[in-house]
Amino acid sequence: MSTPLLQVDDLKKHFPIRGGLFGTVTGQVHAVDGISFSIAKGETLSLVGESGCGKSTVGRAVLQLFPITAGQVVLDGQRIDTLSASSMRPLRQRMQVVFQDPFSSLNPRMRVRDILAEPIRNFGIAKDAADLEARLARLMDTVRLPRDAINRWPHEFSGGQRQRIGIARALAAEPDLIVCDEAVSALDVSVKAQIVNLLQDLQKELGLAMLFISHDLAIVEHMTHRVAVMYLGKIVEVAGKRSLFSAPMHPYTEALLSAVPVPIPGQARTRKILTGDVPSPINPPKGCRFHTRCPYAFDRCRVDEPELRPTGEGHIAACHLHDLPRAQNPLLNAVAA
Amino acid sequence: MSAFTADRAGVSAATVHAAIPMPDVLPPVKPRRGFIGFLRRNPTIAIGGGLLLIMVFVAIFAPFLWTKDPTALAPAMRTREPAARWWFGTDMLGRDVYSRVLYGARVSLLVGVAVAALASAVGLAIGLVSGFFRQVDAVVMRIMDGMMSIPPILLAIALMALTRGSVQNVIIAISIAEVPRVSRLVRGVVLSLREQPYVEAAVASGTRTGRILIRHILPNTLAPLTVQATYICAAAMITESILSFIGAGTPPTVPSWGNIMAEGRALWQVKPYIVFFPALFLSVTVLAINLVGDGLRDILDPRMAKSL
Repeated sequence: MSTPLLQVDDLKKHFPIRGGLFGTVTGQVHAVDGISFSIAKGETLSLVGESGCGKSTVGRAVLQLFPITAGQVVLDGQRIDTLSASSMRPLRQRMQVVFQDPFSSLNPRMRVRDILAEPIRNFGIAKDAADLEARLARLMDTVRLPRDAINRWPHEFSGGQRQRIGIARALAAEPDLIVCDEAVSALDVSVKAQIVNLLQDLQKELGLAMLFISHDLAIVEHMTHRVAVMYLGKIVEVAGKRSLFSAPMHPYTEALLSAVPVPIPGQARTRKILTGDVPSPINPPKGCRFHTRCPYAFDRCRVDEPELRPTGEGHIAACHLHDLPRAQNPLLNAVAA
Repeated sequence: MSAFTADRAGVSAATVHAAIPMPDVLPPVKPRRGFIGFLRRNPTIAIGGGLLLIMVFVAIFAPFLWTKDPTALAPAMRTREPAARWWFGTDMLGRDVYSRVLYGARVSLLVGVAVAALASAVGLAIGLVSGFFRQVDAVVMRIMDGMMSIPPILLAIALMALTRGSVQNVIIAISIAEVPRVSRLVRGVVLSLREQPYVEAAVASGTRTGRILIRHILPNTLAPLTVQATYICAAAMITESILSFIGAGTPPTVPSWGNIMAEGRALWQVKPYIVFFPALFLSVTVLAINLVGDGLRDILDPRMAKSL
């Protein structure tokens, strides 16, 4: 791995809460609170976590859809979070997005042709009108939609077909990185499988890197190379797919994995059920953010915030348990058992 | 998805028919297509649109509908009851009320349509900009709030007091009074549209801000705006009549429904028809426009119901 395609360092995004007569800032939502990760060319990194943990905010921050509070975003060696809107515009070609909701992600007043042609025109990709036509036809083929559907309106398509149009729009710019923000979560199971397979095929054919934001661990396990687990605006664990799914090194990951349904009726499984709710991102807990719900929390967790540290080959986690003697670490013992 | 299920339903129905002969319990539904079908499905638009068409016809073809000169005085024939010679009677100066009412439709419709168009265009521009650019929003919306705190009729009267009475000035005055409402509506729609994923996708696709406004935001505001425009049209006609009625609107030399009613007011207890006929025409026209507006809103429902 040489320079990563995307490098995110200590990214923070706080949303101000305004209240009162003059709209004074009364607090901050710490949506994303200092996260770092990188994605190599052609690699899929999955960002998982429960609702409201800041996954989508990370995706939007990477795409520079809003200014970030702190940290930096580096695309292929170039820092992009400090660029002006006009100098950012040509770089947007390299990063595209597929959204969750196939209904609100397509403008209902634009034909498929215009939706797909927009990025091609914006970035001046097509040489002439004939080249544009050829590209549009290829895009429709790539996402397995009939070519003659190109002059239709979005409302004439089903959810899965619309998602294909959304993917085609992302591909139209010929990007290096696609941010899939819950791209398959809104689809029913059979359609979901088709779209997942399509994304995988495209990634292999085109060498795309992907930031795959999802809460669906079964899909993530199927799709990804590496996984980053987020909890309350922080990354708690990053690891290769195999390592993470077989030996989670953070109690939150362990609980998440135990919540994945097993497709065998009657099979016993040990579930780690977390109690309580996710704390408010307005006043995140001191110390480790997970200590309020962690089954293994001890005194140090309440005061000292753990850093991400290597726990194995390509595996990092932020948990004080790894400072304990091996025998007392419940995470390691669970693996052994 | 729908095509898929319909296809499956068709296949299974055909196989069932082949196996067991089904009794003809229900007659097959033949959906009516085309214009007639549209009117049958939307009776409010059919009725409102029909009445409105009659009014437009009357206004355009007023000279050919057995009218006389609406301003010709005939002092000898004043305050005549409705009769074969004067269908709606004559006023206190002997002018033919029928002719005046028909010519008056021109003023009312002109004012209604012109105000709807002008207020929509200006309100759309202001609403788009203030909905999309936060800095502009704070200033512009405070001004609009200030204007909205004055009732539109009072604002129109005040504006008319500054200028000479003419149809053109009436249109401008009422439009200014209606602009804040339109811009509020458009701003609200824009605020929700700018958060739509397709707008974010357009930003990510390198689309410039101006183009996003025109291609992605503007077309999606037109449906609620059209409905609002019909209501403004109706409201503007009423405001125009009120202005004329209190002598602050169309000059008395021009026959407008408000003027006719104002002139008939002194006599309305003994000669009620002078006020009755223009009032009837005004009510029917406003009703017709509101029916069309309601029908349009129903067609654009349920998706657009939220934005109204």
